[in-house]
Amino acid sequence: MSAVIDTHTEDHHHGPAKGIMRWILTTNHKDIGTMYLVFSFTMFLLGGTMAMVIRAELFQPGLQLVVPAFFNQMTTMHGLIMVFGAVMPAFVGLANWMIPMMVGAPDMALPRMNNWSFWLLPAAFTMLVSTLFMKGGAPNFGWTFYAPLSTTYGPPSTTYFIFAIHMMGISSIMGAINVIATILNLRAPGMTLMKMPLFVWTWLITAFLLIAVMPVLAGVVTMMLMDINFGTSFFNAAGGGDPVMFQHVFWFFGHPEVYIMILPAFGAVSHIIPAFARKRLFGYASMVYAVGAIALLSFVVWAHHMFTVGIPVAGELFFMYATMLIAVPTGVKVFNWVATMFRGSMTFEAPMLFAVAFVILFTIGGFSGLMLAIAPADFQYQDTYFVVAHFHYVLVPGAIFGIFASAYFWLPKWTGHMYDETLAKTHFWLSFIGMNLAFFPMHFLGLAGMPRRIPDYALQFADFNMISSIGAFMFGATQLLFLFIVIKCVRGGEKAPAKPWEGAEGLEWTLPSPPPYHSFTTPPEVK
Amino acid sequence: MATTQSYYVPEQSKWPIIATVGLVTTLASVASILVDGAQGESTTAAWVTFFIGATIMAYMLFGWFGNVIRESRSGLYSQQMDRSFRWGMSWFIFSEVMFFAAFFGALFYARTFAVPWLGGAGDRGSSHMLWENFQATWPLLNNPDPATFPAPEGIIEPWRLPLVNTILLVSSSVTVTIAHHALKNGHRGQIKLWLAATIVLALGFVFLQADEYIHAYTELNLTLRSGIYGSTFFILTGFHGAHVMLGTLMLTIMLIRIHKGHFDPEKHFGFEAASWYWHFVDVVWLGLFVFVYVL
Repeated sequence: MSAVIDTHTEDHHHGPAKGIMRWILTTNHKDIGTMYLVFSFTMFLLGGTMAMVIRAELFQPGLQLVVPAFFNQMTTMHGLIMVFGAVMPAFVGLANWMIPMMVGAPDMALPRMNNWSFWLLPAAFTMLVSTLFMKGGAPNFGWTFYAPLSTTYGPPSTTYFIFAIHMMGISSIMGAINVIATILNLRAPGMTLMKMPLFVWTWLITAFLLIAVMPVLAGVVTMMLMDINFGTSFFNAAGGGDPVMFQHVFWFFGHPEVYIMILPAFGAVSHIIPAFARKRLFGYASMVYAVGAIALLSFVVWAHHMFTVGIPVAGELFFMYATMLIAVPTGVKVFNWVATMFRGSMTFEAPMLFAVAFVILFTIGGFSGLMLAIAPADFQYQDTYFVVAHFHYVLVPGAIFGIFASAYFWLPKWTGHMYDETLAKTHFWLSFIGMNLAFFPMHFLGLAGMPRRIPDYALQFADFNMISSIGAFMFGATQLLFLFIVIKCVRGGEKAPAKPWEGAEGLEWTLPSPPPYHSFTTPPEVK
Repeated sequence: MATTQSYYVPEQSKWPIIATVGLVTTLASVASILVDGAQGESTTAAWVTFFIGATIMAYMLFGWFGNVIRESRSGLYSQQMDRSFRWGMSWFIFSEVMFFAAFFGALFYARTFAVPWLGGAGDRGSSHMLWENFQATWPLLNNPDPATFPAPEGIIEPWRLPLVNTILLVSSSVTVTIAHHALKNGHRGQIKLWLAATIVLALGFVFLQADEYIHAYTELNLTLRSGIYGSTFFILTGFHGAHVMLGTLMLTIMLIRIHKGHFDPEKHFGFEAASWYWHFVDVVWLGLFVFVYVL
């Protein structure tokens, strides 16, 4: 099973075409990976701008900047853009860049479909963002678009939102099929499954989750479409349907979705920590099994998002215990990362800083998740800022820090230049402080009873909200520094060797920096 | 396994971007037709762009698949490439299974939980207070709020047309398998015969399904608007019917390719993919027949 690149036509294979058409027509995994990453960062800034609007309005009690209807559109669009536009495409971009290099392949298995997966995203998000300018405004029912808010009471633009979700889903499914085919079929000779790098393993499992749940999301928005436009009654009790059914189907997608947004970060961190601890990863096999266990459990915990909607007691108990079980494989992973660092020769370059912060802060998010998993306690936390604090702790220092860690770790490989370490460390510390300032006080706000998704609040919440807003502005502004660091690194800097990190391991470091246009024209042998 | 095979990485391609433009044009037009139509505005322009989008999609499908077929016939695809296609098709079918799973889930939830609760049974029976005259039955021939959702007067009798349709689809799965065996043994005359028989059975199914829909709409008042029974009935059978038509189109293209002399006994993944898809459509129907029509 080996792959030699086919050079049946003249010189095109030696380098990219010129101009804009290179990017529009490309079948190259690196070009497509770059486009995914650029797109993701653009969406990160757009979704971030909306977060700034939200935090500016919440800076003080009372209504200052925006009307409540627009505030609702901001929270909805912020969530949708960050989940589907920023985090997921960033990981697909990393997968495109790294998986072929890590498994010793020339490219992704299905390169043309790869291009289609990418270009559907700008189309889908243009459609989604355009709803802001439509009659009745953009979707305003929260990123979870619960019926009947989104069906009976939604704005007319909901139909456009549904089709945008359909396009994102098609893109994700095709991207996932491509990842699976590449991993299962294009590995270098000798690379058995249990020799695969962990980033590849986590993406294999993520891709499986994507193919399993994105069609369910398509199904639920299709039922919404029918309820809105064709008079069906899936989510309307007057016809024998049930709004709660919407939540069941949605969260059957939604819970695996949150693991889709974190598993690739687990994989990347499992490369970065050993590299900077200069030790092998502790417990490789248990890491693989833990990811598998998390993925399987993710299918049987969905109703922990719905403890207060009125499900039978047996359901509450089952979903409570099943959710708590997830702490076991997650604990295995955190233990292994810490054990990898234990007595290692550690240095703290930017990727390692982000990775260590990932381990600590993601664990905080995990613990608040355990608190929320306790059904009777959740009756208190439900729909408060405690929930907002929880999922921002797993998504910002979890998913986003994982992405930053990966970006700094692999930037020298991608560009052939070292990034500016001082600036990168500044980026880390400002992000770290800003993010904790923004989200830690939300725990207290939630426990004190402040509800989520409101533009105004009672006076006793004022101090913590102001601190939170200051932290959010700090975190938001800091990301422009990241943009500057990346542009600077792309344009020049100290030349990066093939393996810029002393302790790094894997096939990707055997290629020069930057790597050739087609990664491995002859497959390497893996011992 | 040190055999050196080439893995074909295609040149730049225009088809993906055409597909994107086609899809976004089509979907935006459909959304515009629905939204503007509901507000009583003119939808003429949206219909025009819809046909433009659909034409682009059709052009793209012909062009892209034509491209792949030409590459395959000029021998660019290795064994390894063939495996990529197999993985791709298998996981695509799995994604389709999950798509139907969402609608089956809705059906089971409505039958097992939502409707009995509305009728006063079980853990959440207090929802009975919403419509106190409502009695839970399945099939649901009386809706909680008949003014908004007039109930169907009857349901499709499973042991007549649906049974015939089951026989038609199961037989078509058999005939397509016979055609596949003929292809593997190189009996090209037999392939044409059995593949054509499969397509005839498929068309028979579509015809009878259309007849059933007309019957439901005109005589039984079983429509999309007749409550959760009609909703689940039409979304499941409707998407299945759409998949049958897509599968029939795929099989028809395979028949045309056989006539053009494509495929050999060893390499014929296009044909296999179409037949896998056809078996998938058949299996979904068996689920439908049991859970939608019989039970």
